[in-house]
Amino acid sequence: MTAVVDPPRPGQAAVAAPSRPVTRNRRRSNRREALLFGALILPNLAAILVFSYYPTIYNVVLSFMDWDMVAAAPEWIGLANYQDLFTSDDFYTVLGNTAIFTGVAVVGSLAGGLAIGQLLSQRLKFSGFTRTMAFAPHMLPGAAVGILWLFMFDPTYGLSRWFFGLFGLTSPSWTTTSDWSIWAITIAYTWQRLGFVAIIYYTAIQDLPRDVYEAAELDGARGFGLFWSITRPLLSPVTFFLTVTGIISAAQAFDIIATLTGGGPGNSSATLTWMVYEEAFQRFDVGTSAAAATVLFLVLLGVTIVQTRTAGRQVHYS
Amino acid sequence: MSLDVRPLPTASSAVADAALSADVPTTAPPRRVRRPLAVRLALYVLLALTLTVFVLPLVWLFTSAVKPEHDIYVYPLQWIPTALELANFSDAWTAAPFDRFFLNSLITTVSGTTLEVGLAVLSAYAFAFVRFRWKTPLFLLMLGSMMLPGHVTLLVNYITVGNLGWLNTYLGIVLPGIGSAFAMFLIYQQMRRVSDEVVDAAKLDGAGHLRRMWSVVIPMSRPMILTGTLIVMFAKWNDYVWPLIVTSTVDMRTLPIGLMFLRSQEGYTNWGAIMAGTVMVALPMLLIFFVAQRRIIGGLAAGATKG
Repeated sequence: MTAVVDPPRPGQAAVAAPSRPVTRNRRRSNRREALLFGALILPNLAAILVFSYYPTIYNVVLSFMDWDMVAAAPEWIGLANYQDLFTSDDFYTVLGNTAIFTGVAVVGSLAGGLAIGQLLSQRLKFSGFTRTMAFAPHMLPGAAVGILWLFMFDPTYGLSRWFFGLFGLTSPSWTTTSDWSIWAITIAYTWQRLGFVAIIYYTAIQDLPRDVYEAAELDGARGFGLFWSITRPLLSPVTFFLTVTGIISAAQAFDIIATLTGGGPGNSSATLTWMVYEEAFQRFDVGTSAAAATVLFLVLLGVTIVQTRTAGRQVHYS
Repeated sequence: MSLDVRPLPTASSAVADAALSADVPTTAPPRRVRRPLAVRLALYVLLALTLTVFVLPLVWLFTSAVKPEHDIYVYPLQWIPTALELANFSDAWTAAPFDRFFLNSLITTVSGTTLEVGLAVLSAYAFAFVRFRWKTPLFLLMLGSMMLPGHVTLLVNYITVGNLGWLNTYLGIVLPGIGSAFAMFLIYQQMRRVSDEVVDAAKLDGAGHLRRMWSVVIPMSRPMILTGTLIVMFAKWNDYVWPLIVTSTVDMRTLPIGLMFLRSQEGYTNWGAIMAGTVMVALPMLLIFFVAQRRIIGGLAAGATKG
């Protein structure tokens, strides 16, 4: 391609001269390839630019505006939206809810998923069936999961009454009292994610190098010691991946919250994601919603950056 | 180090054991030894417990959907329905326009999945086989979109779709979701493994790019395209927040949102009908999952453990 502009070096001149028409053909074919390339990726690229990149950027712009979606044009108000957010108690409640929901869901599904993944790899009968059933909730619509748990949480006719009854206790009013609502959405969400995490762990455990185990057993490691000193560290890249993607998806969980509690009572189960929706589409306060979305974006961006930074330095044993 | 010889009841294995016992404890159990009964029992109890955690809510869902009213509003709980009450389904169907919800979900899922996977295949082929100087930055730009949280784009996409006049239309539900990075990446990785010899042979036979894509590369990448299609399809069918925002009339709602509508129609109390509606929303996906679980789990697990 660059053969034409390169000064011919000795010994190459003989080759370069007759190749001239070939080069022209080549260049034409390059242009054709480039055009084809453009045509093939253009629809996808355009959709990504218009519906992913542009809205993320313009959302930041809107966070400096005041707009109700009715007035002709948004009005520039600088940092006022952020000032309002960070001086309101409600916003800190929402941040706290988001932290509880995300933290408990991620840690809970990791701990439970690792234990279940380990159990599933013990070559027991029915473990194939259990794997299928554990993964199934992950494929269900979040709205269906939310409605199902709404009924299960019903303190009079739901499973919750039976479950608490086993211990001689009375079921709390999960979704209608502000002390419990955050736990209702956290439990339902964790249940849906738990099986997914377990199966990912199970798959990773199947891929672990056998010889490391055999060597460790020779060294006298077994049972829980074997799990703790060999399996757990070998799985650390998977754990890390599941932590990061877990935070990203939990922080954006919406359908379970919408169907179970609607962020309420009050804002006792409102997360940042719920707030973004509520401010924009129920209160029509575009600026506040955009500012909350920007906070969400920056937090998740931070998580992603940590991931890409750390991914390169991960421990690999094989 | 291989311990294959150890379980064999031969003289040589006894020698091997003796040789090993010099520097390691001889109690190290061979891998395939049968566990003590107590341990096996404990493991099966744990497995049963695990299964219960996942299955009990689903059993509750499916049985409640066919329970007559006096089986639902009773305590202690009536686990097994005393009669099969299929009227719950017709109740749900008449309380909310489920035929419209099904139609809307079907139209948006099928068209959205076709478009997204189509665009994913085209761009995956371009990145894998077509020469272009700025390929790498463009690839990173497209993959980078996976880092943008979808929830942050809602507000502006709503405004964009409104400006285009697509609010409360199928176009508005479908188009913002057709850009594809995950499915493209999945398919790209498989396409890269199509052997050059096969593609070059087709090239020598005079087949242009489109011909090579259609009759060589796509057939050879079919497993991953199918996996990608399934994963995309589940996401579209289950999608909640975008169709909720972009549609405003009952006849444009999709099934997951219809479920919330049903719940408000039933005054939040007719659990039999509400569970019947939930079954209608969840069952199609459950059935597809049971049939194609290997492919779906494989695709999602590959993204997690090898990505």
